[in-house]
Amino acid sequence: MNEMTRLAATAIPTLSLQGVGFVHRGQTLLHPVDLRLEGCRRTLLMGPNGAGKSLLMRLAHGLLTPTQGQIRWEGRRPRQSMVFQRPVLLKRTALANLTYALAVNGVPRARRKSVAREALERFGLAALEKRPARVLSGGEQQRLALVRAWLTEPEMLFLDEPTSALDPAAIKAVEDAVRDFHARGTRILMSTHDLYQARRLADDVVFLCGGRVLEYTSAAEFFTAPVTPQARAFIRGELVW
Amino acid sequence: MTDDANAFQTALSLILGLDPDLLGIVALSLRVSLSAVLIATLIGLPLGAALALWKFPGRGSLIVVLNAFMGLPPVVAGLTVYLLLSRAGPLGELGLLFTPTAMVVAQVILVLPIIAALARQQIEELHGDYHEQLRSMGLSKQRMIPTLLWDARFGLMTVILAGFGRASAEVGAVMIVGGNIEGVTRVMTTAIVLETSKGDLPLALGLGILLLGLVALVNAAAYLIGESARGRLG
Repeated sequence: MNEMTRLAATAIPTLSLQGVGFVHRGQTLLHPVDLRLEGCRRTLLMGPNGAGKSLLMRLAHGLLTPTQGQIRWEGRRPRQSMVFQRPVLLKRTALANLTYALAVNGVPRARRKSVAREALERFGLAALEKRPARVLSGGEQQRLALVRAWLTEPEMLFLDEPTSALDPAAIKAVEDAVRDFHARGTRILMSTHDLYQARRLADDVVFLCGGRVLEYTSAAEFFTAPVTPQARAFIRGELVW
Repeated sequence: MTDDANAFQTALSLILGLDPDLLGIVALSLRVSLSAVLIATLIGLPLGAALALWKFPGRGSLIVVLNAFMGLPPVVAGLTVYLLLSRAGPLGELGLLFTPTAMVVAQVILVLPIIAALARQQIEELHGDYHEQLRSMGLSKQRMIPTLLWDARFGLMTVILAGFGRASAEVGAVMIVGGNIEGVTRVMTTAIVLETSKGDLPLALGLGILLLGLVALVNAAAYLIGESARGRLG
């Protein structure tokens, strides 16, 4: 509860994208989009492969600079973290991966290990503490990446298809973790092409197709009354492009 | 054949008897080469990391030059340092010619391109793997360098060993700038050349065996450290 009140006390700045587009070698990968992410909501980026989900997420997180348009945080830049489709863990032990993130965030050395152990415990990964992170299973690696993100107390968390290569048990663990983040007061932007996952997690849905944002509505509306034919086809499980 | 066998026996007795002249030569060799490798490492690793991380005009040419200098003939490096340090040269006033310091300088020039160029490859590869995550964590390129150097340390150890191999094996540069002065600048490789030309094969052979043994020892130590750490960290 302590954590929740701490994060909720200050509102998360709104992320505003205005006419944001991305052109690479003459090819338009993302047509200009306007998007506002507000409050503590879980927004799911949906769409077929190659729709531009990862690209939009990297632009929003600041890993890429748009070739047109503007990305702005209204007010201040919040603490943010990203979990990738293929988790990138350092060639160190699981624990060292976590203490590294804490060090980067300026946590004093004396506290790092105990804080990291606590987090491993919380997410049920305590047994992995001394294992080299790079030899963990895919599911364990992704969960460790989530713990690492957890430790940086992000106000906004980006997840790029975090479960696309995982088995059902690991998928559940990741989804539970996403709910934990949200419950602590973190805004979520997550991409997926799994309809069921989106139904389970989404407050809002951004539907992308062919580098265009076709819909941005509440999840309830998107799943019951999609506006565009592409979204209707996508929800029915048909091929769209 | 019997001559060679005798030479071999004499060589062994020189080594096992801890001949003081021999030990002096070995000690100086190690001092010079290890100093050169240490200095080249201190310059070469950050330089390699910078080349791996920053894109700037002329970067490509610089990499090509570094790669080419990996094959710099030792006599050319020696000659260059000789010209710089000779009495009439721009650094002649320092009076460093024919001193161990001059030999270290020459070997740094030989080893630095190897360490910088190979380190760049190692670090660039790791950076390709890490950079999105590290940038996502808010690290600037400058702050990435210690992380990349640390996580690439096993590969970099091999790089440094390659540098040490080059330094301990070369003869041309130390011969020119050191002068092979007995008790002052005579090292194993220059002594081997000298003794061979004098026909004192036992001493030459003894030094050769020692040189091989030392290099093998250093490599074995590095291998063991690397393997045990790899076992722990995957």
